[in-house]
This record gives sequence, structure tokens and C-alpha cells, in this order.
Amino acid sequence: MKTQKPIVHIRGLRKSFGDHVVLHGIDFDVQPSQVVVIIGPSGSGKSTFLRCCNGLEQPDSGRVEICGHTLSDGGQMLADQALNHLREQVGMVFQSFNLFPHLSVIDNITVGPRKVRGVSGPQAEAEAMVLLDKVGLVQKAHAMPASLSGGQKQRVAIARALAMQPQVMLFDEPTSALDPELVGEVLQVMKLLASEGMTMMVVTHEMDFAREVADVVVVMDGGALIEAGPPDIIFTNPKQARTRDFLRAILTRV
Amino acid sequence: MELDFSPVFSGWRNLIQGASVTVEITAMALVLGCVMGLLVGIGRLKPERRVIYALCTSYVAVIRGTPLLVQLFLLFFGLPQFDILLPAFVCGVIGLGIYSGAYVSEIVRGSIQSIDRGQMEAARSVGMSYGTAMRTIILPQALVRMIPPLGNEFIALIKNSALVSLLTIHDVMHEGQKIISVTYRSLEVYLAIAAIYFVLTGLTTLALRRIEQRLRAGGMVQ
Repeated sequence: MKTQKPIVHIRGLRKSFGDHVVLHGIDFDVQPSQVVVIIGPSGSGKSTFLRCCNGLEQPDSGRVEICGHTLSDGGQMLADQALNHLREQVGMVFQSFNLFPHLSVIDNITVGPRKVRGVSGPQAEAEAMVLLDKVGLVQKAHAMPASLSGGQKQRVAIARALAMQPQVMLFDEPTSALDPELVGEVLQVMKLLASEGMTMMVVTHEMDFAREVADVVVVMDGGALIEAGPPDIIFTNPKQARTRDFLRAILTRV
Repeated sequence: MELDFSPVFSGWRNLIQGASVTVEITAMALVLGCVMGLLVGIGRLKPERRVIYALCTSYVAVIRGTPLLVQLFLLFFGLPQFDILLPAFVCGVIGLGIYSGAYVSEIVRGSIQSIDRGQMEAARSVGMSYGTAMRTIILPQALVRMIPPLGNEFIALIKNSALVSLLTIHDVMHEGQKIISVTYRSLEVYLAIAAIYFVLTGLTTLALRRIEQRLRAGGMVQ
């Protein structure tokens, strides 16, 4: 285990929607360059946990620190401007891609750098082409999102997030909306990022990906983090009965 | 009784003159209505911003809840009591614009709220401020959805503009009535006026269809 200062530092994170408590006080650290895969049954709070890490959800209490900044503390969010600035450093990839349908692929990628980082048009486009090359979609630079397959859309979404040069990437079930044959191309890009040392937090049901790429697998259930450890331990010898039940259910599905 | 359209033919210059006033006043009211509608529609997006929300909501309630004719008369006959004497044409533009703005604001609000929440989240997650996300991501998409209902609103505005003839504005309605007052040919002249409004609204419909097709071709609409 590395002993650097954690890049994500979470203590006592709580969140509820109305009467429904979604997160019951979560403590968790992510070290730089770590790949953390978060698994657990649906409704266990995985997505909400991830969304609290870039301020898309406002925690009720607890402390979230990212990249050395306090994102939220005791239900208080960072001020708007600082929050926008911090979000540049935390990329997010959504289950439903959320590409901007009125912009071409390359404009989807350059709009952030141009409008937020103030990068010039030509430079942003040059950077975008490098990213498109990385995700294998150079030939689609001027296509509209509607003409892409789901896998291609998600790879563009990853390139869009990378264009802000983030220090941490959050993936919220990035392959759950994809046809099975398109899952591989997206996971491949994510593996490439992991091998380059990107810090990643991934909510997924792709257990092979978790086994192969994760440094830490986190199991959530009922809004709590019930177990965390290296994948070979979690998958072969989990301590918690709930983890065993969940893994049995997901690994034996037909 | 026989129809006699000769007063319409001999007065066609005046009717065309009036029609151009109708177009002018409607176009200016349209611009005012769109600006008001955009601001008020955005002002009603966030109830947490209490003062702005309350102001915008009351505006919509009052304007939609009272007759346009009463609003026009308040501007033209009511304001002079405060020594505010606006020319009839200005009253017409302001009255129609404010009235239309209330309806446009609901179109704006509805279109913005119909855009998937994920679009705003994606924009914010690359670090955009709320304003930047609204301008560059949400509004361009919402605009496309606004066009069909805005078309309805524009057409309603053209027809509603007939009321400004009661403010001594020489629009097509007013010019027609002048012809009638001399010739007593009500049926023929009102038919001619109806035809002119029909042409104006028809042209508007065609223009909006063109714009929508162009946006579609540009890939703005799926």
C-alpha cells in the first residue's frame, strides 16, 4: 500500500432523500493512481456516493476532500466558483453518456476546455484529436452524437471528461446502458487509463473488470460500505455474508 | 343582397398601409415578448430564488389572468393620469409585448425543463458554471423545442394585434373600419381584413417551418 496523502478523503458521509437514508456515514480514502471499483446491489447507494464526490449531490453531513480541497463539510458545499474549479479536476462519466446532442463529437470534447479553461479553439481541437485517437474515434470527430453507437458515445464521453485534464475520474455504471457486444470497447479504454496511472472510482457490475483492474474493491449494501479490499480477497474469500450473497447472485446469473 | 367588393379594391392602398403597420407593431411586440419571455421563463426555473421567482410568477399570473384589451386601455387611457403620455404606437408595442411575454415565458420554461437533467449534470461536471451551461448546452437544445409552440404564440400575437385599432393606431383593422364608415360595406371589408390576417399568419407558419427544417438538417433535432 502506498503511503501518500489520499487524493480522495471521505469521513462520515451521510445523505438522505427526504425520509430515505441513502448513505449512512461512509469513511473512505483513495490514494493517487488507485483504481477503486465499487460494487453492490442496486439501491445500495453506490451512485449517490460517487455523485457526492463531485458535488452533483449535496451531502447532509460528513466531510469530502478531493485533490486537497474540501468539497463539502457538515452539509456545507464549497462556494460555487471554487466548486466549478474543483469539478475541472474531477471527470465524470455517466451511465447514459449525456453527450451534448447539438454538438459534434469534437465540439463535445472542446466545449469544456474552451469555455472553462479558456483554451483557444485550434489548441482545444488539437488536444481533442489526441484524445479521440486514444479512444479510437478519430474518424468520428465531425459526426453528430446521434449517429454513434452506445459504445462510441461512451468513449466520446470519456474523452470529453479527459479533456479537462482531471486528476480523478468517476465512472457511474459506464457500461450498464450498452449492448453486451459494445461493453468491451469501453472497458478497454478504461483499462488503458488505469495503466497510465489515472485515479479512478468506478461503479460497475463488470466483475471481470474489477478482478483484473481494481486495486481496491468496495462492497456497498444498504447505504453502508460493508467491505473493502484487494479483488482477490473480495472475490475469493469475502468476510461478510452479504458480500458472498451478492457475488453469488451476480456471478451465477445466466 | 349582392356582394360588392369595389370599396375593398378602391381602398386597397389604405389596407396595405394598415397591414404594414400591423406587421411592424407585431414584429416589435414579438421581439419584446421574446426578451421578456426568456428572462421571466429563466426566472421561474428556481423557486429557491424567492424574490425573482415571486416577481416572475406574479407577472405571468396577472398578465394571463386579465384581458389584453384592459391592459392596452390601462396603458393608453390609464397612464396619462400619472402624466405618462405614451404615443399610441408605443402603447401598442409595449402592451402586446408584455402580454405575449407571459405566454412565451411558459414556453421557455417548459422547453428548458424538458431537456434531460443529465445534460446540465454533464455540463457542470466539466466545470461549467450554471450560466455557461445554460447558454452553451441547455438553451440551444431548448430553442429547437420552443419553435412549434412559439409559432402558435406568434400567430396569436398577429391576430391579437387587431385590438390596437382601438388605441387609434392605423393598423389593417382600423383602416378597414374607416372604409366601412364611408361605404357601409361591412361584410366585404371584414372578409378582406380576414384574408389579410390569414395571409400574414400563413406566411409566419411557412417561415417557422423553414427554420425548423434548417435546424433539423443541421442536426440540432433528432
